[in-house]
Amino acid sequence: MELRATVMKSFGGFSLNADITASGTRLGIFGASGSGKSTMVNLLAGTESPDCGSIHLDGECLYSSRMKINVPPQGRRIAIVFQRPHLFPHLSVRGNLLYGFKRCAPGNRKIDLGSLAGILKLEGLLERGVNNLSGGEKQRVAIGRAMLSNPRLLLMDEPLSALDDELKFQIIPYLRTVCEEFGIPFVFISHSMIEMQLMADSVLSFENGSCTAMTSVEDLARRSMGKSQVGYINLLRVGKPLRSNGLNVYAWGGGELFISAQRDVAEGIFELSSRNIILFKKHPEAISARNLLRCRVSGTFAAGNKVGIELDCGGERLIAEVVREAASELEIREGAELFAAIKATAFRHLA
Amino acid sequence: MTLTPVDMDAIRLSAKVAVTATLASLPFGFLAAYFLTFGRFRGKSVLDAMVNLPLTLPPVVIGYLLLLLLGKKGWIGSLLDQVGVRIVFTWQAGAIASAVVGFPLLVRSVRIGMESIDEKLIQASRTLGANWHDTLLTVILPLSVRGIVAGSALMFARSLGEFGATIMVAGNIPGVTQTMPLAIYEYASSPGGERAALTLCLVAILLSCAVLVFHEYLGGKLARRD
Repeated sequence: MELRATVMKSFGGFSLNADITASGTRLGIFGASGSGKSTMVNLLAGTESPDCGSIHLDGECLYSSRMKINVPPQGRRIAIVFQRPHLFPHLSVRGNLLYGFKRCAPGNRKIDLGSLAGILKLEGLLERGVNNLSGGEKQRVAIGRAMLSNPRLLLMDEPLSALDDELKFQIIPYLRTVCEEFGIPFVFISHSMIEMQLMADSVLSFENGSCTAMTSVEDLARRSMGKSQVGYINLLRVGKPLRSNGLNVYAWGGGELFISAQRDVAEGIFELSSRNIILFKKHPEAISARNLLRCRVSGTFAAGNKVGIELDCGGERLIAEVVREAASELEIREGAELFAAIKATAFRHLA
Repeated sequence: MTLTPVDMDAIRLSAKVAVTATLASLPFGFLAAYFLTFGRFRGKSVLDAMVNLPLTLPPVVIGYLLLLLLGKKGWIGSLLDQVGVRIVFTWQAGAIASAVVGFPLLVRSVRIGMESIDEKLIQASRTLGANWHDTLLTVILPLSVRGIVAGSALMFARSLGEFGATIMVAGNIPGVTQTMPLAIYEYASSPGGERAALTLCLVAILLSCAVLVFHEYLGGKLARRD
């Protein structure tokens, strides 16, 4: 996907002024609420028109004020998954799923109901009405409905923010798999850094209606560490626990990781804030934290009045943060060896 | 209490006028409600005022204006006269009078139904490949059915009772344009007609009740479907 947009739009005291060039299949749009993200979505989908400017997708002009081009929404083949499911209440699950499919030119129909229903686990729901489905089921139907219209680009406008935490991290794998499975590029819009880290590769960040250049998610996460209340969020992917007696023990970075988690948590992703990692220069004799990892500093970066430290733990990467004084006292520099202590309760299971 | 053949004619005629007026107004009422709800155009408030005007005008005024418009020398009447069609003092004139008077009631009800439709549903349908008239038929129409049912019932009931505009433009000819309210008026103003007038009043009450019950039944059925 290649997107070029230079647009201006003003309404009610707010003005959006964006100049975007982006490519890739997993693009993120990041920004606080009121920063112009949703307006950008509407302009891309064609449900609103810019005051002036131009929008090109994969070389095709969708909007140009100069050439008087404005392709209507139904001609753009850009589907949206909204914050809430917004399913058609008068249609069954099947009717909702097929709404876009029926309106898609036969030549473009690459995704069909059978294979998609399988991936989204909707087979048993097809004949039901949509009003009695659970929140997660509804959002899955909404994802399916957008995918079955066989779009060339999928816009996801904060698709997770209306869901509670547990449901949110259940839906993410579905979002990732359908898009990967069928090769549909997407733009994921969110104000949550962790959702960005899970969903996107490169990010455009919006602030007060203007958009800065494209960066990688990693850069954005590191830059916002200084301002963030929760620090940098490390995402740790682990397999099945080796054993479990009160603490789950996972194989990670050539060693073992002790995580206090519920018994039924098998495998998946855990989050760990950079603030919950304590660094030691020498091996501390006795310590209450269950994890003491020997690691090597592979890089440092400044973020506000703090220093982010990139650690290499047996091939795995962790980001820890310390204040500047601590960094100089510990003589932290690339190649230095450190011990990282992490409490078993500092991890949170995501998905 | 018996109904004379003339009474039966009046009841039949009332039903015919009300059904015709309602059915003929439905597509126009639906479109007017659509444009007033979703349209963005100049002169929207003028259209709004035009649609609602019959609600506040005395029916006699409407009837008189229609008479001027549809009469032999009127704008429309003179055109129709050239092709040999006469509207005034026929039952069709009664239906037109009923349609004009009942139209704002229909549009208001449909509009209330349309305004409750989530705008995101319309956006969703557009981005899924539907053009505006496709969206109109497959999303907006089914989701405003309850408003349409309510509006039709209201308009039908209003048409059954139409008096002022009808008598101006259709007259009060027994068997031709004499609807129930006109027949009741005639009975009540002639000596000894009280009983016959009461009988027809009873029929009017029964018909109105039937319309309301049917409306409730249909509304309930639609609500259960959701």
